[in-house]
Amino acid sequence: MTAPMLSRRAFATAGLALPFLARVADAAVPTNRKFVVVICRGGMDGLSVAIPVGDPDYRALRGGLALGDTALKLDGTFALNPALPTVHRLVQAGQGRIAPAVATPDRARSHFEAQDVLETGAAGVYATTSGWLNRAVQAMSSAGKVEAISVGPTAPLILRGPAPAASWSPGRGIEATARLPTLLQDLYKDDPLLGPALARGLTTEAMARDSGATMAGGGMRAGAAQGAEAARTLGQALAGFLKAPGGPQLAAVSLDGFDTHANQAGLLPVRLTALDALVDGLYAGLGPAWKETVVLAVTEFGRTARVNGTGGTDHGTASTALLLGGALRPGGIVGDWPTLKRPALFEDRDLYPALDLRALEKGLLAEHMGMDRQALDTAVFPESAGVRPLTGLV
Amino acid sequence: MSQTDIDAAIAVTRFGLGARPGEIAEAAGNPRGYLKAQIRRQGADIFRTDGETTNQRLAEFQDYRRERAMARNAAPAPDAKPTMADGKPAEDEAVTAARQFIRQNAAGDVLGRVQLAADTDASFRERWALFWANHFTVSAIKVQTATLVGPFENEAIRPHVFGRFADLLGAAETHPAMLLYLDQAQSVGPNSRAAQRRGRVGRSPGLNENLAREILELHTVGVDGGYAQADVTEFARALTGLSIAGPRDAGVEGVLFRQQTHEPGERTVMGVRYAEGGKEQAGAVLADLAARPQTARFVCTKLARHFVADDPPPALVARLEKTWLSTHGDLARVAETLVDAPEAWAPQAAKFKTPYEFVISSYRALGHEPRGLGQVNAVLNGLGQRPFGAPSPKGWPDEAGPWAASDALVKRMQFAQQLGAVLGPRVQDPVALADQTLGARLSATSAQAISRAESRPEAVALLLMTPEFQRR
Repeated sequence: MTAPMLSRRAFATAGLALPFLARVADAAVPTNRKFVVVICRGGMDGLSVAIPVGDPDYRALRGGLALGDTALKLDGTFALNPALPTVHRLVQAGQGRIAPAVATPDRARSHFEAQDVLETGAAGVYATTSGWLNRAVQAMSSAGKVEAISVGPTAPLILRGPAPAASWSPGRGIEATARLPTLLQDLYKDDPLLGPALARGLTTEAMARDSGATMAGGGMRAGAAQGAEAARTLGQALAGFLKAPGGPQLAAVSLDGFDTHANQAGLLPVRLTALDALVDGLYAGLGPAWKETVVLAVTEFGRTARVNGTGGTDHGTASTALLLGGALRPGGIVGDWPTLKRPALFEDRDLYPALDLRALEKGLLAEHMGMDRQALDTAVFPESAGVRPLTGLV
Repeated sequence: MSQTDIDAAIAVTRFGLGARPGEIAEAAGNPRGYLKAQIRRQGADIFRTDGETTNQRLAEFQDYRRERAMARNAAPAPDAKPTMADGKPAEDEAVTAARQFIRQNAAGDVLGRVQLAADTDASFRERWALFWANHFTVSAIKVQTATLVGPFENEAIRPHVFGRFADLLGAAETHPAMLLYLDQAQSVGPNSRAAQRRGRVGRSPGLNENLAREILELHTVGVDGGYAQADVTEFARALTGLSIAGPRDAGVEGVLFRQQTHEPGERTVMGVRYAEGGKEQAGAVLADLAARPQTARFVCTKLARHFVADDPPPALVARLEKTWLSTHGDLARVAETLVDAPEAWAPQAAKFKTPYEFVISSYRALGHEPRGLGQVNAVLNGLGQRPFGAPSPKGWPDEAGPWAASDALVKRMQFAQQLGAVLGPRVQDPVALADQTLGARLSATSAQAISRAESRPEAVALLLMTPEFQRR
């Protein structure tokens, strides 16, 4: 790819007016930029990810779940969970930031409603059936070919929609000379669902063969990536696709199991270790391409500020988002810290949502992927003109 | 090709789990009667297990835990780190053996369930049971529930699927597997006698609202059913006391109501007041939820979506709802209404099979019962639908979107190829098999492609991958 890369930052520092910038950005999607969304399903307890060890109310609220001495210190207020050493290393190197109090616009505390809003990017629940990352692909495609991929056996809502998107999960691979794929493509030529899906699956499979992802996945348990090693291998495999010539620039991957109503101290470190390993796999696999990458880890909601009666936490509101990648601009926490003072809690129960997650997502799509505000306000995140993209992240 | 021919194929492949050789012909005389004959008061078939009940499995698990704790205490240098990277600390042999035993239990249940589905000549009844098992999901992803999902389905779901919804709801929500899966077993009323006795700082037990929320959101009125956070909390308080017997409850097994952990006082849930009491308090809330019209609307919409289309025809939902409300949730009558509904017989097959349905119907087409789980587990894990392993209490998705990923098509093709390679050589006439499998739904294009295959295995793989076979 020889198209000159337009540096968003160069324009920004030159102080050019936004409308002009938008047109320039629209004219050329920076083709080597990569954007990965990691969805931590189940309601990840943000207060155990970016731990507000310096907040005077933290220990009283969290009781037996409070972490302090073993946490990986970031600044006077925050530390990271001990299960996140890679994330910690990246933040210290200026390649990671925490957004400690973000939430979608949904307040219902239902996993399924909240995941719907998280993935559709809509202002309310069940407003649309396609995902925001899919509509971002669609919007970016007007300026050039953009590919997207999800990793895992099923297609996540965030990438479902009108724009074609590939999916991949570890498997056996297929022989390049097999007859059946050709026969089926013929049989599916008038089938709007199966035809495009199979064609894309075969292309991805060929790419996996070329990039060695199938081999990398050989020892991997098919299905959800839960174990740390499986997650690391998955991260490396995804990196292989992102680096491949003509490979995808946008990707989505899910991690399950963050719904910690009981025994959170035992369960959560296992899930966070998998998240950390996934990031490590991506980092190692991308090599020099890490410089062009942003990874955003998000969840559908946070959990109650107080520990519940069973050593866990119940469904809450704001949580932590993690921003990682060599393309990030170094900085402190993203968004405000509302504190854990009782009057500051949302409905006297949850961490207050200080930042709309869409502001973060829009900011990254604008600065990192060169998308224009108009598309972000309407097509990608419908009815979100009032939510200003966060700037200065990239 | 007559309407009855199409209807016979629809009865067996859309309402049922796919045709075994000869089944479409069997249904051809009277497709609706063929389906209604499968509805019966005593419920769905019970799948074969090693015969152990929930309580026996619970006792085994408690033994396992005890052994594991003993092994850990005996370890020379206890590792103080929270958990190892893979979540598995070192274990001694007895514990490993016990763990293996638990795995075998669960695997045996899955095999029994798969074999029933592949074999039954009442596959509409089986699909109906699978719908309710998914509606009241208990997943094996939690180690405490790993061996309980099979007994749960056989004890709490299958006997009630053609009875009253209220009875099914009561059986499902108070089963030990559900109480463990949604953390109810440990929930304690903050003002209960037990909480006050144990109320030392940091150790005070308390409320867990998981089960209350999921009953409202997923099992009864649905997320738009008109409840608020306060209703969830009040319902959770009413549910306190509902628990299971532990090692210290000598002489008792299974479900146990602990009055001393029950939150005292009157409760208000969705505007209805419930007098102070014991387990009958939560029972009254459940009965009221079962009777609410929002529950009829929510569950009938799910039924119509499962059987007919991802976007279910409103007229069909209305029909089911009407029967539900007039019969107070008589599920046999609702099933009959579904069979009689013209919307359910639209010739266009709108449903894309889930991985489980695809795999089961493939075995049925070939008249074969899987003897081991190797191949079944491999394909279902690869397609993201591990038996008994739904990722959340919402259960498996019922729309095409998540299942029709491009990677999934490739993996379905690989499975079809493997099954064709193993079982295809025995198929004498693949075109005749296609005819028996899809009946009047088989298109001329597909029939021609199958007839032109270069080998029997290839023909069988093609049959399983035709657009008609992938849908129902």
